[in-house]
Amino acid sequence: MSVADFAFYVFAVTTLAGGLFTVVSRNPVHSVLWLILAFISAAGLFILLGAEFVAMLLVIVYVGAVAVLFLFVVMMLDVDFAELKGEMVQYMPLGLLIGVIILLELGMAIGVWQFADLAPELRQAVAPDPQEVQNTAALGRLIYDDYILLFQMAGLVLLVAMIGAIVLTLRHRPNIKRQDVLAQMYRDPAKALELKDVKPGQGL
Amino acid sequence: MVGLENYLAVAAGLFVIGVFGLFLNRKNVIILLMSIELMLLAVNINMVAFSSYLGDLVGQIFTMFILTVAAAEAAIGLAILVCFFRNRGTIDVEDVNVMKG
Repeated sequence: MSVADFAFYVFAVTTLAGGLFTVVSRNPVHSVLWLILAFISAAGLFILLGAEFVAMLLVIVYVGAVAVLFLFVVMMLDVDFAELKGEMVQYMPLGLLIGVIILLELGMAIGVWQFADLAPELRQAVAPDPQEVQNTAALGRLIYDDYILLFQMAGLVLLVAMIGAIVLTLRHRPNIKRQDVLAQMYRDPAKALELKDVKPGQGL
Repeated sequence: MVGLENYLAVAAGLFVIGVFGLFLNRKNVIILLMSIELMLLAVNINMVAFSSYLGDLVGQIFTMFILTVAAAEAAIGLAILVCFFRNRGTIDVEDVNVMKG
């Protein structure tokens, strides 16, 4: 077994363990940490597949932003998580049953699956040789040439999400001192400031 | 080099864990959102695996778009969650009945 194979099995097992402990962990903070582990090992899998840029994106976006966002919310909300976990055992058999059924279906699909004969000819963007063009450069050429519209649309989706999140969580509480920019700008220094000539040893 | 089937198996396992998490944490919205993230990650693994083994870069580009949508979905979902917690003082899904749906 080569080093790459060994790395694959390590990352695969870590990803699955991270995912499993994310959903069964009793403490949500631990859940988020397991989720981070799952994402980091998935990034390792992507590197093994030769998709370095997506792997780094996964680490930056998911571990750096999304997981921290989850962590913020978990720690900010004062929720009694023990109460929420109470009926976990009740749903376990149904969840296991449906999980096993879906797993069997996916296993059957993967077992008999193979590439179509036409598949190599139907490729939209043939990946260049990694020795000549790096993954990131190849992706950049493709995104800014062929998929520029989709790329801008993705940016728009993020903008809408940002505005939506701000609008949803912003609240104006009364009885709180706020910064009033106009009042600060229109303030007259002559009324607020007085210069006195203090003689030495005398004071005011 | 390990075969494509191994990557598909990992993705399938991760997807099933996500579905399992949806059933297991019927009340805790935060973990429901995390389960959805796991399922999207499984889809991403599938996309990148096919992209790599077929030699077609479009799969990786669409992985980025899925990532974008997943990040937006997490942000909006958590914002709704914070809003809901402020109004009701709980994040139990079974208490989400203001609209009598």
